[in-house]
Amino acid sequence: MSEIEKIDGFTEEEQLDFEAELQEGYADIEDKYAVDTQQGFENVLVMDNIPIVDDSKKQKLVDRLRQLFAKAGAPIEEENISMPWDDKAATNKGFIFLTYPDAQQAENALRALDGASFGKSTLYVNRFGDIERYANLPVGEGELPTGWREKPYVEKDHLRSWLGDSAGRDQYLTFRDQDVSIWWNGRNGNAEPVKVDGKPLKNNKWGELYLQWSPLGTYLSSLHRVGVALWSGTKLDGPIGVNVLRFTHPGVRLIQFSPCENYLVTWSEEPLDNFENHPNAALRETFGPEDEGNQFVIWDIKSQRVLRTFPADKPIQGEDGPQQVAWPSFKWSPDDAYIAKCNVGTGIAVYELPGMGLLDKKSIKIEGVQNFEWCPMSEKDFAARKAGKGKECSFVYWTPEAQNQPARVSIMSIPSRNILRAKNLFNVTDCKFYWQNQGDYLCVKVDRHARKAKSKKATFCNLELFRVREKDYPVEVIEFKDYVPQFAWEPQGSRFAIVSSNDPNYGQGIPGVVVKYNIDFYQLDQKKGDFIPIKHLDSKIANTLVWSPRGRHIVLATIGSSQKFDVEFWDLDFVVDERRETSEPGANVTMLASGEHYGITDIAWDPSGRYLTTHASAWRSSPEPGFCVWDFKGQQLVHQPMDKFKQFLWRPRPPTLLSKDQIKKVRKELKEYSRTFDEEDAAEENRGSAEKLAQRQRDISEWNAWRARNNKRVDERRAQLGKEKKVVVNQDHKDDEKVEEIVEELIDETEEVVVGQL
Amino acid sequence: MVSHERSLTQIVFNSEGDLLFSASKDSVVNAWFTSNGERLGTFGGIKGDGGHNGTVWTVAVDSQTRFLITGAADNTMKLWEIATGKCLFTWEFLTAVKRVAWNEDDDTILSITEQRSGQPSIIRIYKINRDEPTSQTTTPITTMTLSGSKATVALWTPLSEYILTGHESGKVAKYDVKSGEEVNYVDDAHSGEITDIQSSPDGTYFITSSKDKTARIFDSETLEEMKVFPTETPLNSACIAPLRPYIILGGGQDAMSVTTTSQRAGKFESRFWHKLFEEEVGRVKGHFGPINTLAVHPQGKAYASGAEDGFVRVHWFDESYFRSRPFGDLEPEVEV
Repeated sequence: MSEIEKIDGFTEEEQLDFEAELQEGYADIEDKYAVDTQQGFENVLVMDNIPIVDDSKKQKLVDRLRQLFAKAGAPIEEENISMPWDDKAATNKGFIFLTYPDAQQAENALRALDGASFGKSTLYVNRFGDIERYANLPVGEGELPTGWREKPYVEKDHLRSWLGDSAGRDQYLTFRDQDVSIWWNGRNGNAEPVKVDGKPLKNNKWGELYLQWSPLGTYLSSLHRVGVALWSGTKLDGPIGVNVLRFTHPGVRLIQFSPCENYLVTWSEEPLDNFENHPNAALRETFGPEDEGNQFVIWDIKSQRVLRTFPADKPIQGEDGPQQVAWPSFKWSPDDAYIAKCNVGTGIAVYELPGMGLLDKKSIKIEGVQNFEWCPMSEKDFAARKAGKGKECSFVYWTPEAQNQPARVSIMSIPSRNILRAKNLFNVTDCKFYWQNQGDYLCVKVDRHARKAKSKKATFCNLELFRVREKDYPVEVIEFKDYVPQFAWEPQGSRFAIVSSNDPNYGQGIPGVVVKYNIDFYQLDQKKGDFIPIKHLDSKIANTLVWSPRGRHIVLATIGSSQKFDVEFWDLDFVVDERRETSEPGANVTMLASGEHYGITDIAWDPSGRYLTTHASAWRSSPEPGFCVWDFKGQQLVHQPMDKFKQFLWRPRPPTLLSKDQIKKVRKELKEYSRTFDEEDAAEENRGSAEKLAQRQRDISEWNAWRARNNKRVDERRAQLGKEKKVVVNQDHKDDEKVEEIVEELIDETEEVVVGQL
Repeated sequence: MVSHERSLTQIVFNSEGDLLFSASKDSVVNAWFTSNGERLGTFGGIKGDGGHNGTVWTVAVDSQTRFLITGAADNTMKLWEIATGKCLFTWEFLTAVKRVAWNEDDDTILSITEQRSGQPSIIRIYKINRDEPTSQTTTPITTMTLSGSKATVALWTPLSEYILTGHESGKVAKYDVKSGEEVNYVDDAHSGEITDIQSSPDGTYFITSSKDKTARIFDSETLEEMKVFPTETPLNSACIAPLRPYIILGGGQDAMSVTTTSQRAGKFESRFWHKLFEEEVGRVKGHFGPINTLAVHPQGKAYASGAEDGFVRVHWFDESYFRSRPFGDLEPEVEV
């Protein structure tokens, strides 16, 4: 009180001074006690995208949220949730504040809760401090921060331009030594290099490790020591980040595209290092400390960003040494919506894309699970999915026998996790899954052992055929007494072929012994609804089945033998006389031709099913590297032995854009179309041969001219030297010479032993 | 025809084509009737008649079929009388003789000696005394000491003014016989060792075969590369067929790795290529070792191949060989 009085007693001047002084003092204090949004709120999170509810549901919402938080491992008391309220609308504002006891817990909650799904919405969590910071960036509305450089827009070269070829040709790639070339596959095996601006497409960088096309043919991927590069567009080259995409992953060895080409999985032998202080900026930015030690990387292709990294599987000590990397380790659902990985013995982890979070936050626990395979989707399924009434994805898995529990094959739908069908099996050694490519049928090949056999070595085999499109998934069982090393569904069809063997030499690996196989074809009997055998081929040496991508044609080949290299072309619907339609199944199964490709290691159909190529790769130490092109009838069009030949790859095609009706229409008017094509072909052939003829004509006239010049020069020089031209003796000496032939004939030979006498 | 115990090194026809001379690693040179494969005689087959004492690397016959020159690993070169099989004269060197050749006038020969134990590879040109064949001069008229990569094969040009050499480095060079100077060369004619060099019927161009799996035709005057024939196996020999526009190539995997591969993998066939269009037209199988040497009948009626397996095979061309026109009616002028 006394002080105030004193102030009152000041002169006016003094008063002003004092006030100024006070103000300065306040500034100090204000600074000192100002709310620092960067600090002090480390324990507060802002959660966005909360469902908007009115007062009646407010409590329920809070309860549900708390349940979710607790489940995720970030429980919170109710009084620490603050929900801003919009009084006008009488609803919440769509976000809440979460106050955790300390910064560490808040940080944990941020990780656990960000991106979590709540009902239909995905929750986004931010640090409270971040929001303030970004809101107060020293940049005005509509301005760009300093140091920001706008990237110029670069037009992307058309990704599917190769499909626009006027002759509808397919492309293929050959990799020899260090050189990679891309070719158009013309009619009758006439290859023409793919040219850009008149020059054959070439890139020295491609030949570093190996190459792979993406499943729809959009990208060419090349593996390098530092990572993967994807090349696209007309030139398969272009600006980085536009037509060339780079994915940095040191030591990458294996890659796998998702079926719709949205994502990429890469695997490296070397676990990722801690790149925090790495001189390479790309590595520093791509991988964080949490990625250290991981070997799998899942990428988003378009943004070239890492979605998630995974550690490698722990090597399982199998009976015969450490297990190899099972590839693909991650399996994509056909619609790119999920990626799943089998943790042998414990369960299957299904991740949702693009967030790469575990489906429902936990993996599916399946005791003893060994393997699984996604069900493919047909065009129809995709269309139905688009219309919003498609069925869920599903996969099949199996579990072996354990303690009075029989082995079991089950089909589970995702994301609902319903078991659609399960079947018990006995005396199982191993199961292999074969889906028909449209997802119509599933074959589970069950390798079985005798009931009381001590060793669990498979000695016979069952085929469990599931008809997936029918109600309750009826199963048919076909039993074999032999090994069945190969099984293959006809693409788009309802037939399959199997290779079986009862040869005692099978699996012994005795060099020089040619193992005999039996080959059987089965067909779905539409009336009875089960599979019946239609053709049996005995004692074949072929061990590999390759169906044409269009079905109907199949190639039987002998691969991996050191003596036999046969390639047989079969047609399952070969009709000699159309009028004499035979109803007997299997009557039309005919061998069209057979050939041989010495040293064959691989075999592939072109995407159209018109051509087949057989390759002998130097990687598999083929004695004669190179490749052959055949047509579907089995006629060899090209035989190209090539030193150091490594890879041959057809460029895949995306599914046709024509509707069913349009295809039907084309079929109907095929004759109309074929006439124009025939004309074009004839013209092309004439032009081609004319070109060749002209070239040869040129060769000859050049040669003759050169020879004439040379002869003249030699003759002149000869005259200069005064030598005479030697006349070549051109008489036929053979006739006027008599060669006496003395034939010695051994008439008798006696051998006498003369014993010398001493 | 078999009577060689070891692999063949060089075979040559005489100018009439009725005889074939074969040199091999078993130190004997054989003469054969080409019509029936009967052996006419041997050069050095009987001990003590002055035969070679080591691998005979090379053999050359004069155009009158009177004299034969051979060069061997025993560091000698010998002159033989064909009619009697007698050794007339022996030249001795410090290293093995890898190649010999007669000029077209039958009065001069060339010899290439191996580069070994500090000795450079030397090409020597000798005058041959045809009247008194037993007294020859041992002083060469020209000596060319090669400083760079050693010469492996050599050939006379048509007028005997120059010789053409193929080198280990893949180089092809042309030397003046009188001065001994290198007048022209192509350093990177081949990327591997040149294994054979044979002339066209008139000598205006020649073919080289190389370990780099190609054969090439060069102009004898300019050394300009005219044609290239890429194959998938190392080549040991190449020759140019008269009458038909073909060349014949032979080779196969190295003798060292033969045992580890099957006969089929060895690529032991003789290959026929079209000389002008650079396209393969056919193959002849038969040997079970790499082909070391090829020779073609001077009148283009047959060809012979000598291989690592110790066999010499003479193939007479049949009617269809002369008639067939795999490329239609387009044919260059016939060369004899």
